[in-house]
Amino acid sequence: MSIDTVKNAEATPDQEQPYKELGLKDDEYARIKEILQRRPTDAELAMYSVMWSEHCSYKSSKVHLKYFGDTTTDEMRAKMLAGIGENAGVVDIGDGWAVTFKAESHNHPSYVEPYQGAATGVGGIVRDILAMGARPLAVMDPLRFGKPDAEDTKRVLPGIVAGVGGYGNCLGLPNIGGEVVFDESYQGNPLVNALCVGAMRVEDLHLAHASGTGNKVILYGARTGLDGIGGVSVLASETFDDSAGKRKKLPSVQVGDPFTEKVLIECSLELFEKGIVVGIQDLGGAGLSCATSELASAGDGGMHVWLDRVPLRAKNMTPAEILSSESQERMCAVVEPANVEAFMEVCRKWDVIATEIGEVTDGDRLVITYHDEVVVDVPPRTVAHEGPVYHRPIQRPADQDELQANTPDSLERPENVLELIKIMAASPNLASKKWVTQQYDRYVRGGTVLAQPSDGGMIRIDEETGRGVALSTDCNGRYTKLDPYEGAKLALAEAYRNVAATGATPVAVTNCLNFGSPEDPGVMWQFEQAVKGLADGCAELGIPVTGGNVSFYNQTGTTAILPTPVVGVLGVIDDVRRRIPTGIGAEAGETLLLLGETRDEFGGSEWAHHVHGHLGGLPPKVDLQREKLLGQVLVAGSRDGMVSAAHDLSEGGLAQTLVETCLIGEVGARVFLQGDLFTELFSESAGRVLVAVPRTEEQRFTDMCTARRLPWRKVGVVDPGSKALEIQGLGELPLDELREAWEGTLPALFD
Amino acid sequence: MRVGVITFPGTLDDVDAQRAVRYADGEAVPLWHGDHDLKGVDAVIVPGGFSYGDYLRCGAIARFAPVMQEVIEAAHKGMPVLGICNGFQILAEAHLLPGALVRNHKLHFVCRDQWLAVENNTTPWTTRYDKGAEILVPLKSGEGGYQADQKTLDELEGENRVVFRYVGENPNGSRNNIAGITNARGNVVGLMPHPEHAIDALTGPTDDGLGMFLSLLDAVQVKA
Repeated sequence: MSIDTVKNAEATPDQEQPYKELGLKDDEYARIKEILQRRPTDAELAMYSVMWSEHCSYKSSKVHLKYFGDTTTDEMRAKMLAGIGENAGVVDIGDGWAVTFKAESHNHPSYVEPYQGAATGVGGIVRDILAMGARPLAVMDPLRFGKPDAEDTKRVLPGIVAGVGGYGNCLGLPNIGGEVVFDESYQGNPLVNALCVGAMRVEDLHLAHASGTGNKVILYGARTGLDGIGGVSVLASETFDDSAGKRKKLPSVQVGDPFTEKVLIECSLELFEKGIVVGIQDLGGAGLSCATSELASAGDGGMHVWLDRVPLRAKNMTPAEILSSESQERMCAVVEPANVEAFMEVCRKWDVIATEIGEVTDGDRLVITYHDEVVVDVPPRTVAHEGPVYHRPIQRPADQDELQANTPDSLERPENVLELIKIMAASPNLASKKWVTQQYDRYVRGGTVLAQPSDGGMIRIDEETGRGVALSTDCNGRYTKLDPYEGAKLALAEAYRNVAATGATPVAVTNCLNFGSPEDPGVMWQFEQAVKGLADGCAELGIPVTGGNVSFYNQTGTTAILPTPVVGVLGVIDDVRRRIPTGIGAEAGETLLLLGETRDEFGGSEWAHHVHGHLGGLPPKVDLQREKLLGQVLVAGSRDGMVSAAHDLSEGGLAQTLVETCLIGEVGARVFLQGDLFTELFSESAGRVLVAVPRTEEQRFTDMCTARRLPWRKVGVVDPGSKALEIQGLGELPLDELREAWEGTLPALFD
Repeated sequence: MRVGVITFPGTLDDVDAQRAVRYADGEAVPLWHGDHDLKGVDAVIVPGGFSYGDYLRCGAIARFAPVMQEVIEAAHKGMPVLGICNGFQILAEAHLLPGALVRNHKLHFVCRDQWLAVENNTTPWTTRYDKGAEILVPLKSGEGGYQADQKTLDELEGENRVVFRYVGENPNGSRNNIAGITNARGNVVGLMPHPEHAIDALTGPTDDGLGMFLSLLDAVQVKA
């Protein structure tokens, strides 16, 4: 086989290259030539094309994401140990602990190959957390699918759920929450977002730097193969008509092996513990192209990599393929020469393949050789950090006004409100997600304090002190469609509220921004608005965005998905023993209080969607100062033992919250409401939480709410003797009937 | 009380088993799959997880690990051995317990809080329970269906060697609703559900599982 070397590239300046097939535009290709002062080699072209892709370079989103940094004050940054730009954000949570968390999308691969796409989505985000020096502790998976009864949903959902479970369960990471949402717009574009949280001692934080001339670059973990090469295969298609016949094409979706990853995690943690790692980087999207260029770019020197040393699992791989392969379960470490043997010793203990593939040099170039021929010679920053930046056209969609004018006011409201409670509880978006979550291990490692179906997941970090963290991810794409700015704030508000409802104090934010094509000015407007809304919201709440992920091109033809900026909020609790559970009935004699205010708000509501197939009007109003106050009251309630259960109100309104608190607690309740019962029960006004307080604490708690000017209303009592949810003026719903409605939907669809 | 907890590559619930031993005032002694001795422990726990990635068949590779040769020998001499989930599968593959664990009948991995009936409270792992007591512990497995031929089942039932039985709907297709069994001598117990995840109501559904580790404490002290 002939290899395209730098020498060859210099000698053949006019050779045509398939840069368009690799996704590069004319001007991008011209810029590469300008940087290199020659045409790129095949390997260089592969590196630039993948690193300058939307996925790796954030070229369409960068100018907007900058706003997160601009709106983060020093005060908000005070607890941040690492932020945007690192593999994952890191937050100081006290007691000497640092917690790192991040979400990432794996949407497109999961549509093509649901099981492996979802599995490797989990694997990738877990390695990001590991690369910060932390032990991964838990995962969460916000998932979105098309219509629940569509054929394609029946294809992708079971595979995606099995993939998330198959990989995460085998890694030994509890799955503590997430979302399952159905909407027609995700048909052909399911969203598979994965979040991982990990912890380490503050002093153990590792950043991806390749500092120190002479330090060795070690690739360890799985061998490199032809899986996940994707577009780069066009470079090889002609070169490989050798005597052995055409090489079998491998799937463009990567194939994961969670066992290898589990061993890689334990091996890496032992290496960190021994203090013999200078810099570390995981291999994810863009594989070695990304790892080597990012490590070199972030360090203070250059790097030389001997590509022929990379252990392969396929024959005759070209340098371009080796550099682009997205084979899973690989890490790259920078190690001082004196520690290489100790490093190898640990890898041998864990049966992990480790190979010295390169060295940090004192130049400022990334030089990659293949059997002594130079195939890459580039300034690493131009690959990793100085990719193209686009100012895409932005245009508020012409039909946005029409959409907002089409309010739900004219929709027919039900006569039988009691019956509607059951109908809504059985609707796919509100129905119990047990069919999904019982395929996930939530117990492993013994630190899970709260998991689905609680509002947020909570894990214990410190077994001595009980310090822990809570997490929630949320987004209502319908709200965001109606008003992307307010919708993003609403997503933030709900995640914040969910964390507060567990008794934890929200401290940091991550995001996973799923949108349609950035080449559509209307989508870019949604994106810009959502970023602004989220950033402004975070500034108002005083908690920083520590990292995030952007996924564009989620659309079928010209129809984009609902704009879906999934927001993850991390909270800290000093002692997990004071967490607030979701189910009522833990204490004898509880009063149900509704905190917050209910308005007639049905724009984008689950009722309008499920009953009328309607989307229009404006989303509920969001008041972040109110959310903050609500959070403070809940944390105070938890700290002083005044609250025995709490559940936030969101999609489906108070009715759904009541159904869930009763069914989770396995106990009945008597509820008395005033005003229009339909609005009281189904409005989706933000800033509300239903709490159960022991009767002995009722006075103290309501006094506190009044003193802090948080509106509250007594709406009912828990009735331990009853097996029904009774709404005064409407009638009774037996819990077993409600359970059948709530839990029956998903099994009927997917079993 | 010193209790060895084995870690194979791919073992996941070793930290939980160690914690459960500590909750019962025992000393947890980590044992590595490549170890050739049991470090003088009084009992051994083979914890859950996916040893060697569950390649080939659950537990099929782990049974050949050096440390398992020591466990097999010690078990034959009467040392209390507990296999949980993947540990049960390994003990079955090692022929310390009869039968096999196969794919759940509904084919999905199942993680749920499971009621179990204690059928045999005479093993070193179950004396703290009343016979017939019902306990609630997590079950989380994809291949937890207990299978054995009729003769073996008759033997197990006839000799009171079914230790735990699922209560209510059978979660995985196990024959005779069997969740856990013991060997003829009664010192080796294997079960699919996870008592080590039910030692504190804060992190598990109950603390019903702690009884197994406290039972061992009694057994070891009586022997001493």
